[in-house]
Amino acid sequence: MDAILAQLLNGLDKGGAYALIALGLTLVFGTLGVVNFAHGALFMLGAFCAVTFRQLITLETVVIDPEQLSPWGAPLEIKTPLAQTWFGDFGAVLVDYSVPLSIILAVPVMLLIGIAMERGLIKHFYKRPHAEQILVTFGLAIVLQEIVKAVFGPNPWSQPIPSSVRGAFDVGAMIGLAPGALTYPMWRLIYFLFSIGVIGAVFAFLRFTTFGMVVRAGMADRETVGLLGINIDRRFTIMFGIAAVVAGLAGVMYTPLLPPNYHQGMDFLVLSFVVVVVGGMGSLPGAVLAGFLLGIVQSFASMSEVKQIIPGIDQIIIYLIAVVILLVRPRGLMGRRGMMEA
Amino acid sequence: MDLLRMPRRDIILFIAFSAVVLAMPIWLQPLGAAYPALMQKLVISAIFAIGFNILFGLTGYLSFGHAAFLGVGSYTAVWSFKLLTMDAIPAIFFAVLVSGLFSLVIGYLSLRRSGIYFSILTLAFAQMMYNLAYSVLTPITNGETSLQLTLQDPRIIDLAFAPRGAGLPTASLFGTPFTGLGSFYFCAGVLLVVFFLAQKIFASPFGMMLRAIKSNQTRMNYTGFNTRPYALTAFVISGMYAGLAGALLAITDPLAGTERMQWTASGEVVLMTILGGVGTLLGPVLGAWLIEYFENIFSAFNENIVHRFFSFLPAEIADPVSLIVSKFVGEGWHLTLGLIFVLVVVFLPGGIMEGVRRVASLFGRRSTPASPGAVRAQPAE
Repeated sequence: MDAILAQLLNGLDKGGAYALIALGLTLVFGTLGVVNFAHGALFMLGAFCAVTFRQLITLETVVIDPEQLSPWGAPLEIKTPLAQTWFGDFGAVLVDYSVPLSIILAVPVMLLIGIAMERGLIKHFYKRPHAEQILVTFGLAIVLQEIVKAVFGPNPWSQPIPSSVRGAFDVGAMIGLAPGALTYPMWRLIYFLFSIGVIGAVFAFLRFTTFGMVVRAGMADRETVGLLGINIDRRFTIMFGIAAVVAGLAGVMYTPLLPPNYHQGMDFLVLSFVVVVVGGMGSLPGAVLAGFLLGIVQSFASMSEVKQIIPGIDQIIIYLIAVVILLVRPRGLMGRRGMMEA
Repeated sequence: MDLLRMPRRDIILFIAFSAVVLAMPIWLQPLGAAYPALMQKLVISAIFAIGFNILFGLTGYLSFGHAAFLGVGSYTAVWSFKLLTMDAIPAIFFAVLVSGLFSLVIGYLSLRRSGIYFSILTLAFAQMMYNLAYSVLTPITNGETSLQLTLQDPRIIDLAFAPRGAGLPTASLFGTPFTGLGSFYFCAGVLLVVFFLAQKIFASPFGMMLRAIKSNQTRMNYTGFNTRPYALTAFVISGMYAGLAGALLAITDPLAGTERMQWTASGEVVLMTILGGVGTLLGPVLGAWLIEYFENIFSAFNENIVHRFFSFLPAEIADPVSLIVSKFVGEGWHLTLGLIFVLVVVFLPGGIMEGVRRVASLFGRRSTPASPGAVRAQPAE
């Protein structure tokens, strides 16, 4: 029982990341009708927003103090982050909380990147065949990835978890098991709650605001909305920006769990496409559901008991599910009938 | 000899193509690329791209998992070296056979869907094979360390005729080991054969059927054609081409690693085909050559070489220019590749071949419209 619960929890944070990326992919597909292979790169760019923010905030001044000596006899170098020099203890807190704080940087940056991408490139591909959309966004993903590699180098950048949430959370004690029987790293729990929060925000935005209503109307029937005199293209552009922000935020908060490197986006992209297909092309709830479902299934498949029965299952389970779903129920779990079906 | 009857234009094209391929060691000399390792790579990539184009160019089905078949071909060929003989012919035979079987199964399942679903299905199958090759199937694939020849290999057929030599053997053809340019000419010969086959496929009623699938599959179905067997045949043929390319890779260097099966490798063959021109005979070959050539030449550049290149400029200009340019060569070569690719898809969806045609029509020698083989890539929907 404990083991099963533990795997369930383990799947949640990864599932949260899948769900967030798949949500963005589906938003773009549902609004603009574009298959965006560069979406994983947006996730990666978000992660590097966190890296940049930390690099900026930890810029430090080095003062050589000839009075004090370091243990090996050289004059001691006192390194103080600029943030600390300027703001004192508050600066130290800033450095400690750099990952969650970099959201402040990531939101405008990702929004700008998203809108620039849509206006600059993707706009021209609405009417082109899906194969060409895939190809051009694939090329764009390579370009973004290589730019990041040129700037940040090929090695992963690990980001620290803020010290106050570094421990593990005793889930077992909360639901009546023996204390310590079932613990869960605090940051993973935060990631899960964060992804739920972002998903909830996106859904609320679409459901309860006028802007969201127009966007939903446009997804259902773009032409009619256009005929009513609404500039639907501009709203869709903003939705692309929002999808980029969602992917970016998913990337920012994931950095302490997996040190970001330049090809991380591609790794997540393939998986999230599978998630989208399993959930049903164009269905937002489907994308979220499939994201969490596949995250949990994957963590179950990597249990050693399961691996003993079917060796290697943890490596292929997600793709296997995708193949089965596509062949048996091509519109996915919650997809609309006829969505890109042949 | 019905097989050899071809229109005059095709014969001329084939002869010209043969001359270009066989003369590679001569005309690549001034380009600094006339060494066997690179020329073999050029030829093998061309085979891979021609095969991919038979599927994507003719039927419009965009497979994102073709590298898996290349990997299967490589592994089979190396196993044929290890178990049976170092001769190239059995290795090629088994590699083509096994990759054909794999593509039959995967194609049968994947072709039940079309458009983007087909792409995702092939991608999923390829990723499954890659992940398995990397983890559970290590006894067969040797995982991360790559499958290679050892001194203890059984090599039943070879050892029945000759005692075991001192070092590792090299691949041979009918008992004669490849030396010098031997393996290049062998690969080039194979390329000519498969190019000829592709020419026949393009010109045949079967090829016409595949083009019809691309332009309007629904109409084909309503007319009473069952299109799936045709598409499946095209899929298997292109899978066999990929397996053949994999086998040739193993023949030139008896080593098979998992990275050949990764989906980025599948992406690369898509790049080659698009860059050259989808659905044309020569396009994929041109694309493969350009990408492989520039990959080898550019990635060897470093900042010093770039700096020397721009040394004719005054220092104030040369320094920033060479700094910028050096970001695009060497390690940054993939950045250039990505940019070129985006530009080609945006401005020249028909690839280099379309560019050539546009330039030719500018000079207005003939006002013929674009040939039917050059229609834009369209998804099979």
